[in-house]
Amino acid sequence: MSLTLGHFLSLGAILFALSVVGIFLNRKNLIVLLMAIELMLLAVNMNFVAFAHYLGDLNGQLFVFFILTVAAAESAIGLAILVLLFRNKSSINVDELNMLKG
Amino acid sequence: MDYQTGFFYFFSAVLLFAAFRTVTARSPVHAVLYLMLAFSQAAAIWLLLKAEFLGVTLVLVYLGAVMVLFLFVVMMLDINIEEMRVGFWKNFPLAAIMGGMVSAELIAVVWAGYPSMTVSPEVAQTAMHLADHNNTRELGKLMYSQYLFPVEVAAIVLLVAMLAAIGLTLRARKDSKAIDPSLQVKVRAADRLEVVKLQATRSAQQESQA
Repeated sequence: MSLTLGHFLSLGAILFALSVVGIFLNRKNLIVLLMAIELMLLAVNMNFVAFAHYLGDLNGQLFVFFILTVAAAESAIGLAILVLLFRNKSSINVDELNMLKG
Repeated sequence: MDYQTGFFYFFSAVLLFAAFRTVTARSPVHAVLYLMLAFSQAAAIWLLLKAEFLGVTLVLVYLGAVMVLFLFVVMMLDINIEEMRVGFWKNFPLAAIMGGMVSAELIAVVWAGYPSMTVSPEVAQTAMHLADHNNTRELGKLMYSQYLFPVEVAAIVLLVAMLAAIGLTLRARKDSKAIDPSLQVKVRAADRLEVVKLQATRSAQQESQA
């Protein structure tokens, strides 16, 4: 049995579900929430690369490149906000983030 | 079963294990290290899919830069782990049900839509599956011709992210004795020095009044 597109897409699906579980479990810990988002983006990228391979289309791989760019920007700004938050509140507990009174 | 299938199952097993440990690890430092393991396995799977440039980029950019950034931040923060773990296992049943549902539905859709799609003969004739295909060169050609404008937009996104990260975390020192250069340049001699006309000597009358 050789590898099919379904194998890679299933792997992406399981990875995505695992990061959803991570968001449920670590509701309080902001930094692990960021890591779970990174895992989600990895699952999406896995689908793009698999489709690019099985459809013989390089454009899919190029899109992964842009997703990586945006993910890097997102994690840089997210971590900066995290550091700022910890400096002001000495905690990264999501439950304590009620300054906006939302 | 060819060797690629074996490698796929091995890398996938390690990837899923590392992802699971990332979200359940007790210490955030361990979580980051497991996340690095997960990304390295994903890079290996991308190599199986003939995406060499992206696989190497993932290792260099993600493991080399972004994950190290995560590690620095985690080590800088003094997090109370016990407080963070309150209600962790209480949420687990719901999380497991949700995760199982999400993955079952996604896989059901995927297997219904692409039951057993392999590289078809006409796809195998495309440039990307030929033996002398240079993935990096072809991606570069696409990137700097058809995708030139999106690449420039991506560069601006990265620039804005850099400025935002610096702007958010930069802290001016309160005890610094440095003077603002623009204030220094604006100084005029008339503000600093005043020439006062004084008599060389005072008369006896003035002296008695003083």
